[in-house]
Amino acid sequence: MTDVRDALYVAHRSDGTIARRPMSPHLQVYRFQLSMFLSIANRVTGIAASFGTLLLVWWLVAGATGPAAFDTVQRAIGSPVGLLVLFGWTLALVFHTAGGVRHLFWDAGYGFKLPDVRRNGIIVIATTVVLTLLIWGIGLSVWAGAPMAASGAVPAAEAPAPTTTQPAGN
Amino acid sequence: MSASKGDIKVMRSQLGRVRGLGAAKNGVEHWWVERLTSIALLPLTIWFVVSVIGLLGAGHVRMIHWVGQPVNTVLLLALVLMTFHHMQLGLQVVIDDYVRGPAHLATTLLNKGAAGLLALFAVVAILKMAFWAPAI
Repeated sequence: MTDVRDALYVAHRSDGTIARRPMSPHLQVYRFQLSMFLSIANRVTGIAASFGTLLLVWWLVAGATGPAAFDTVQRAIGSPVGLLVLFGWTLALVFHTAGGVRHLFWDAGYGFKLPDVRRNGIIVIATTVVLTLLIWGIGLSVWAGAPMAASGAVPAAEAPAPTTTQPAGN
Repeated sequence: MSASKGDIKVMRSQLGRVRGLGAAKNGVEHWWVERLTSIALLPLTIWFVVSVIGLLGAGHVRMIHWVGQPVNTVLLLALVLMTFHHMQLGLQVVIDDYVRGPAHLATTLLNKGAAGLLALFAVVAILKMAFWAPAI
């Protein structure tokens, strides 16, 4: 009797003939490669970006709740831990986006040759670093110029009940 | 009865083949929708990041007024719906890869339920801010 796991390795080509699927690489056996790292990183950043959506929902719900709740979430995001989480979320999102574009090119049938795979992998890493730093560079300079933010590490440090006042600038 | 073609062992029975048992037959849709949502998310995410940078340091009133602009309301809703749909599809692949046995159904339901609830929270919050905007 054959190993039942063999059943999982049988696939059908589009012309109906059967083929044996390749086995997944063993991480313990394979030498580290860039494409291996990028593949794992795409999944890890996707999961990380998913948890980051909690921040988005919290921000939106706080905005819908009222000025005090919105002030709380703005302070939390503006705290050192909040900024670290936001930076991590930005990094994960930018990488997942750049890596996702690479996957879309593959899906369209481009960039499969080994030198291409290596080159577009490096492009993904370079894009991630440059875009993340660019977003944070512009973001921090805008934030520093925002009202009240220059005096402390808290963005949007408005009074808890701003009914008519609107911050100047922008 | 298993049949053999060359050195490939086919373990599927002839009856199973006739009845069409096997794959769930919705794999292509899952794959395709994951790609479609990712393409939709490209411009939406860029718009969102640029918008958030513009909103840095904004108080509650400016936030409400920003969400209340019809274009922003619509794009925010589109962003949220595409994000949670794409997220749920992607996490499901991870669950299918690594979770076995009864835990598979539990984590699947948790994934779908959490993504659906988070999307609803976000949609209701956006709409509430949008309809609140004229009042403040």
